[in-house]
Order: sequence, then C-alpha cells, then structure tokens
Amino acid sequence: MTWALRDAWTVTLRDLQHWRRQPAGPLIGLAFPVLLLLMFGFLLGGAISVPGGDYLAFLFPGMLVLAMVFGLEETMTAVQQDAARGVTDRFRTLPMSRWAVVGGRAGADLLSSTLGLVVLLAGGLVVGWRWQGGALAALAAVGLLLLLRVAALWVGVWLGLALRGPGTVVAVQILVWPFAFLSNAFVPAQSMPGWLATVAELNPMAATVTATRDLFGTPGAVDATWASEHALLLAVAWPVLLTAVFATAAARRYARLGR
Amino acid sequence: MPDTPAIQTTGLGRSYAGRPVLTDLDLRVDAGTVHGLLGPNGAGKTTAVRILATLLAPHTGSARVAGHDVVREPEAVRRHLGLVGQHAALDEVLGGRENLVLFARLSRMSPRRARARADELLERFDLTEAADRPVSTYSGGMRRRLDLAAGLVLDPPVLLLDEPTTGLDPAGRREVWHAVRALVAAGTAVLLTSQYLEEVDQLAGAVTVLDGGRVVAAGTPDALKSSVGLDRLDVVVHDERDLDRAVAVLDALGTGTEADPPTRRVTTTVTDRTAALTGALHGLAGVEVDDLGLRRPTLDEVFFHLTTEGSRR
Ligand SMILES: Nc1ncnc2c1ncn2[C@@H]1O[C@H](COP(=O)(O)OP(=O)(O)OP(=O)(O)O)[C@@H](O)[C@H]1O
Ligand SMILES: [Mg+2]
Repeated sequence: MTWALRDAWTVTLRDLQHWRRQPAGPLIGLAFPVLLLLMFGFLLGGAISVPGGDYLAFLFPGMLVLAMVFGLEETMTAVQQDAARGVTDRFRTLPMSRWAVVGGRAGADLLSSTLGLVVLLAGGLVVGWRWQGGALAALAAVGLLLLLRVAALWVGVWLGLALRGPGTVVAVQILVWPFAFLSNAFVPAQSMPGWLATVAELNPMAATVTATRDLFGTPGAVDATWASEHALLLAVAWPVLLTAVFATAAARRYARLGR
Repeated sequence: MPDTPAIQTTGLGRSYAGRPVLTDLDLRVDAGTVHGLLGPNGAGKTTAVRILATLLAPHTGSARVAGHDVVREPEAVRRHLGLVGQHAALDEVLGGRENLVLFARLSRMSPRRARARADELLERFDLTEAADRPVSTYSGGMRRRLDLAAGLVLDPPVLLLDEPTTGLDPAGRREVWHAVRALVAAGTAVLLTSQYLEEVDQLAGAVTVLDGGRVVAAGTPDALKSSVGLDRLDVVVHDERDLDRAVAVLDALGTGTEADPPTRRVTTTVTDRTAALTGALHGLAGVEVDDLGLRRPTLDEVFFHLTTEGSRR
C-alpha cells in the first residue's frame, strides 16, 4: 500500500513537472472559468432575472460547479495522450503498482482543480461576490465541489481509456455544454418548460449547484421541489454513485488493456 | 537457477478478432545470447514481443521470462525485463533526464540511485548535453537512444528490442550494436527483432523467421544460409571484352545470372558448389580473371527466399 501511494505520488509529480515545463495550458485552464464568469455575469446577467434578484450570487456557484465538470476534459486528454504516446505501456512494463498510474492522475487533477477553485473564488471576490453563510458552510461547499470533481475524474479516466483518436476530446468538450445548460447552473430550473425542468433538476450537476448555493447562503437557492429540497443528499449521492460506476468501469478497462 | 532459460515460449499464439496473427511460436533464449526474430511487415514480431512484455495476453500456449509466467506472474516478469518497443514510449514534455529518473523511481529506486542511474545512462548514450531539453525537441536518433536507455534503467537480465535501430544512422546503429554486445557479454539475454538482416547476422547466435504469424525457419544464421542450399558464384574478368563469354559460362552453371559491366563482375546462383567451381574453371580457360569465388548467401537473400516461398505455399 505504501508503495502504491509512493508510486502514485511519483506520477503526480510528473504532472507538476509538466506544468513547470508548459505553463501556458494550465494557465489558460485557470483563466477560462474566470472569463466565463465575467461573460455570463456582466454581458448576459443584466437580461436574466433570478429569484433573490442578484444574478452574480446566483451564477457564481453554477460557475464553480461548471469548472469542476470541465475538469473531466483535462483528465480525459491526459489519459488519452499517455495511451497514444506509449507512456501507459511503458508504465505497464515497469514493476510499479498498477493502481499508481490512475492514482497519480487523480492526485494531479485534484491538485489542479483545487488550485482552479481557489483562483475562481478569488476572481469572484474581486468582482464583488460574497458568501452569506458561515465559514464552515462555505468549506462544506468547497468539499461538495471537490467531490463532484472526483466523479468527473473517473468519468474522464474512463472516457480517456474507452475513446481513441483526435476529435473525441473535442466531441466531449462540445457535449459538456448542452449538459451544463440543461441544469440550473445559468438559469433557475423552474424557468424551463415542465419536463425539461425535471430533467434539469435531476442532472447530477444540479444537486451540487443547489447545495452549493444553499451553503453559500444565496437567497432563493432552494425551490419547492423534491430534488431541490434534498439537494445536499443528492449532491453527495450523485458523485458517489458516478464514482462507483465509472471507477469500476475504468479499472476494468485498464485491466483489460492487453486482452 | 543457471539452467532456467531467460525466455521460453511454448505454442504461443494470439489472434485479433478471430484472425490469428501469431501461431505456435516456440522460442528459447538463454542468458548471454541474442536471439533474432525476423519477418516481413505484419509477421507477428511485435505481437510476440508485447506478449513477453506482459502488455498483451496470449490466447494459446505459454511464455516464461526469467522463469516467471507472463500471465500468472506479470509483476515478477516486469522486475526482470526491459522493453525497447518499436515506437518510442517517452514523455515528450519532460527532458531526457526527467524521463529516466521517472522510470527509475517507478522501478523502485531511491531518489539518489535514480538520479545516478539516469546520469550514467545519459552519459552512455551520449545524451548528457540534451538531458534537460524537452524530448519533443530531440531528433529521431536521440529519441531512439533515450528509449533504449529507458529500457535499461533496471539493468534487466532480459531485454526485448523491437527494431531498436530503425531510424538510426549507420554510426548510431553501430553504437547500439556495441551496447548490445556489451550487455550480452555481461550475461543479458536479448530478443531482437529487426528489418536489417545484417543486424541479426552481426548480433544473433540464433534466428527465428516468422511469416504470417508462423515460424518458417529457425536455427543459427549459418545453418539457415546452408539450409537454403544457394550459393553465389562470382567472377570478375580482367578485360571487359570477356564479359559476354563469362556470362555464357556462368549462365550454364546457375540461375539468375547478372552482369555488372562497370565492375566487370558476373554473378549467378548455384546449388552444387563443386560442380559450379569446376565448371567455371574449365569454361573460363584462357580468360584473364581478377577474382573468382563462391559466396554464402546473405541473410537478406535467405530471408527473401524463405518468405516468398512461404507466401507461395
Ligand atoms: N490491435 C490490433 N488489432 C487488430 N490487428 C492487429 C492489432 N495489432 C496487430 N494486429 C495485426 O497483427 C499482425 C501482426 O502485427 P505485428 O505488429 O506483430 O507485426 P510485425 O511483425 O511487428 O510487423 P512490422 O514489421 O510492420 O512491425 C498484423 O497483421 C497486424 O495488422
Ligand atoms: Mg513490429
């Protein structure tokens, strides 16, 4: 076990070396969500009315969640690249712990997402966003966000192992958008037509959005629907379920690479 | 266990989507020897190497590396094995040194050992100067050398080399041969696939020729050359005007006669060495001859003969 952790840390360090060698990619990755926040908050925000009346307060938790979900593209790209360049094969011929390949990936991506979260929170504070609840509740919100990132991580690892070829990452990048819009991240679910509202509320993202809003003390965060009232429970259950499903599938894929 | 073969396979086979690409491969490679695996494109060489490297599961038969079964004890196999694959398997963003240290650390060396080993290998493969540049800026030959170094990080007793000199210039190729000879002299067992038959001739004590996934011949390079039963009869006449006569004489003794006027050389392929030499001496009586000789076929000719025979079957 200690070997597995040590090997995983070695693989994580490799990603940190990548950042040092090629800082442009990670920097753009950090800046993109901030840019989105500014675009939606100031360019579109004026025309969108939300419960509680403050669009920035409404939007900001949605942007945090979106940043976590976008993380799956980062994970998928890295996994695909290692497979395509033979690095995964090289690792598979070394006498290292075989869980460390994925474990190291998880370590690196969670580090980068935590950093991304800190940057985006700072950006929010700069443009005037404030949380209303206690510090402990705010920390709990950050915990929920990282939990969702863990789920996105495993979806990303699975996609990276299952899909080959250039273009697949772009396809996933495009598909993440309708998925994000079909949630309550940008507008309240209740503003959508009936059945769409239900779908949007059951979107795994939506539970984390609602729960995060609630924990940050955003006014009008919770709607009078079952999914909204049980957001906290769902915000834990969805990522745990997704992690269980995709981590199992990814582990199977990895074990079957040479079948 | 001095008698355990470094590599042993029995009836090894593998198919893709029901199409067999490797059938019934029996191999034995001992410590301190090089075994050559020859075959045209798609013969199944890489497939065999990947099975031995625990990257691919065999569908039939079994394989042992350093006495450990590749399917049941992959971890033990990996502790004894170095792989230099057909395509470089390197982290392109990192520098050469970082790559080697990474692989050494993952081979469970201490940080200090890993760094020392990386420096040693960089020095040996003439990469010290480029050690800290990202691999993406390396030339093809440098990449190949770094990949070779990466396969040697563990100082493995068994080394799999899949076309290790493809893309290297003649000097680079000779360096690799030199490195392989040194390793073998120190007791390493090497399985080498190659497109360059000269390379196998130079390095390997035994050869297995694959075609379409099947073994079409096996033995020492010399035995292979004799088994084909073909020798080349070579005559260089002194005077260009005697060329036609030499062609006529040799054509009567062998097949595929060819003349090269600039060098005044005539060549033909013969099966009976004695009859050919005697016939040439009689037929060329009175002609001034600069050179006359019987040559064993090159491995290239053997290879071509075997694999075209194979595809005609
Ligand atoms: N993943 C795969 N799926 C389907 N077929 C494959 C796969 N990998 C290899 N093959 C097929 O298996 C056969 C043997 O391939 P292999 O790579 O072992 O040949 P090789 O002898 O190494 O050839 P080369 O000299 O070109 O490297 C080829 O016909 C190839 O198309
Ligand atoms: Mg090959």
